[in-house]
Amino acid sequence: MNAARQNRFNTFAAHGALILYTLIALFPVFIIVINSFKDRRSIFREPLALPNAESFSMIGYETVLKQGDFFLYFQNSMIVTVGSLFFILLFGAMAAFALAEYRFKGNTLMGLYLALGIMIPIRIGTVAILEMMVQTGLVNTLWALILVYTAQGSPLAVFILSEFMRQVSDDLKNAGRIDGLSEYRIFFRLVLPLVRPAMATVAVFNMIPIWNDLWFPLILAPAEEVKTLTLGSQVFIGQFVTDWNAVLSALSLAILPVLALYVIFSRQLIRGITSGAVK
Amino acid sequence: MTALTLTDVCKSFGAVDVLKEINLTVEDGEFVVFVGPSGCGKSTLLRVIAGLEDATRGTVEIGGDVVNNTPPAKRGIAMVFQSYALYPHLSVRDNMALSLKQEKQPKSVIEERVSKAVQMLDLGAYVDRRPSDLSGGQRQRVAIGRAIVRDPKLFLFDEPLSNLDAALRMNTRIEIAELHRTLSASMIYVTHDQTEAMTLADKIVVLRDGRVEQVGSPMELYNNPANKFVAGFLGSPAMNFLQKAPIDLPQGGTLGVRPEHLRLEKGGRIKGTVTHVERLGGDTNLLIATSQKEEMTVRLFGQDSTAVGASVELEFDNSSAFAFDTNEQRVAF
Repeated sequence: MNAARQNRFNTFAAHGALILYTLIALFPVFIIVINSFKDRRSIFREPLALPNAESFSMIGYETVLKQGDFFLYFQNSMIVTVGSLFFILLFGAMAAFALAEYRFKGNTLMGLYLALGIMIPIRIGTVAILEMMVQTGLVNTLWALILVYTAQGSPLAVFILSEFMRQVSDDLKNAGRIDGLSEYRIFFRLVLPLVRPAMATVAVFNMIPIWNDLWFPLILAPAEEVKTLTLGSQVFIGQFVTDWNAVLSALSLAILPVLALYVIFSRQLIRGITSGAVK
Repeated sequence: MTALTLTDVCKSFGAVDVLKEINLTVEDGEFVVFVGPSGCGKSTLLRVIAGLEDATRGTVEIGGDVVNNTPPAKRGIAMVFQSYALYPHLSVRDNMALSLKQEKQPKSVIEERVSKAVQMLDLGAYVDRRPSDLSGGQRQRVAIGRAIVRDPKLFLFDEPLSNLDAALRMNTRIEIAELHRTLSASMIYVTHDQTEAMTLADKIVVLRDGRVEQVGSPMELYNNPANKFVAGFLGSPAMNFLQKAPIDLPQGGTLGVRPEHLRLEKGGRIKGTVTHVERLGGDTNLLIATSQKEEMTVRLFGQDSTAVGASVELEFDNSSAFAFDTNEQRVAF
C-alpha cells in the first residue's frame, strides 16, 4: 500500500477484521486437532481445554494406525484426488480450447451441453453409474472413482477455462501457426502456461469435494483395498458407540494432504482471483 | 516474378461478406500498404494471405504457387503482429529461432541467421532476456527479427506501429523503410493511418467495405483520386468537400479542394469566417465557416496572424480542385 494513503487506524481495523475472521474460520479445525490429543474423558469434560500432562493421550492416533490399513486409505485418496484433478484439468482445458478457439458447427450447442453438467448434480445418475461400473467391471477399483470425479468436475472446468482462453491473444496463437507449431504445441506451450492461474483455481475448487466425498466411495468402491480416507474413517463411527479419539485423529490426519496440495496451488490461485482486477 | 497474386478473393463470415472479389498483384520487392477505415476488411485480407483464414472463393498465389490449401508455416511468409505476439516463455534468441527449429534447419544456419538479424536490429544487448523485460519498441524489433530470420518470400505487417507512442512510431517507421531497402523483400503492410501509408508505400491499396477502391503510388492517389472516398481518406488535414461550390458542377455534385491548395486572397471566390485556429509553428490550420454554412479547413504554410472571428476570402486554382458526381465518382469539370 502507498504510504500517502496509509492510515494507521484503517490498517489496524482491516487487520483486526481479518484476524477475527481467521480465528472464527480456524476454530473448528483447532478444536478437532487439540481434542485428538486428549483422552476420551477429557474430550467430553472440557472440550475447549488444551491437552495437559493429565489429559494428553495418543490413544486416538494409536487406534487409527493400528486398526485398518490407514496408509493404504491415504494412498487411495491421494491417487483418486490427484488422478481426477489431472484428468479434469487435461480434458477440461482441451475442450475449453476447442470451444474458445475453433469455429465449427454446433459450437454453441456443445458449450450449452457441457454447461448442463453444472446444473444437474451427478448424484442423480448414481444408479445408472453403478450399473455401468458393474457391467464394465470397474466396481471396487480406483478408476471408477477417478472417472466419476472427472465427469463431475469437467463441466465447471470447461466453463471457467474457456472464458480464460478467450482472453489469450489471438495474435500469439497465430504467430505460433505461422512459425509452424502444431495445434497441440500451441495449446500446451503457449496457451496453457498463460491460463495457469485459472487452472489452479479450478484445481482447488475441485480438490476439496473430491477428497471429502463419501457418497461415491461408499457405493462404487467400498472394498477394503480401495477404501478412501473418508470412507475408512467411518469404521470408528458406530450406530451406538463412536470412538471419538480415533475419529478426531483420523480427521486431523486427513487435513494434512489437502493442506499440502492447497499450498502448492495457492500462490497460483491468488493470481487467478486477482488476475482480472490487477493487470 | 510476382510475389503475390489474388484472384477474385471473397471471404464471408456466415451471411456477412467481409471481402468482395479482391484482385491484386504484388511485384517482387514491392512495398504495398493496405489502408482503409477500421472494419474495411484489410486485416482479414492479410489473414487470408497468411492462411490464418480460408478464402471463401478465389485463389491466393504466393511466388507463383497457389497456396489456398497450404498451411501458414509452409507459405513462405512471415508476419509481424500489432500486439507483438512474442512467446512469453522464450528468450529473445529463442523467439527468433523457433520457426527455424520447426523447419529442422541445422544449428549453424539458425545461429547465423539469428545473429544477423540481431545485428541488423541492434538487439545484441537483449538476446537472453525474456519479452516481459523489454520495452514496447524493443519488443516490436524482436517481432520484426522473428520475421527476418525466416527469409520469407513475403513479409506481412499487421498494424505494427499502433501500440507504440508517437516518437517511437516515427523511428520504427523509418527503420521499416530502411529494412525494406536492405532486404529488398516484398512486403505487405496494413494500417489505418494514412501517414504511414503515404510515407512507406510503393503502392497503396485503399479498401472500403471489403472492396478495393483504388490502387496506385502514393502521389498518384493524392494527385488523382478516383473517387470521393479516396480523396478524403488520403491527405491530412482531409480534403474539403463543398456542395455549394462557386463553380459549375453536375447536378448534386461535390467540389473537393485540399486545405493546402487554398489561399487567403482579397476577392476570392469563397467567403467565410474563421471559427478556430490551430498554430503548429511550421504551418497554421484555419477552420472556416463559409457564407454558405459549410465547413472548411485551410492549411497555411508558416505562421499566420489571422484571429478567430475574422472574415476571410479564399481562392484556389481550378487545376488543383476535384469534382465528384452523385455517385462520388470523379468527373471532369
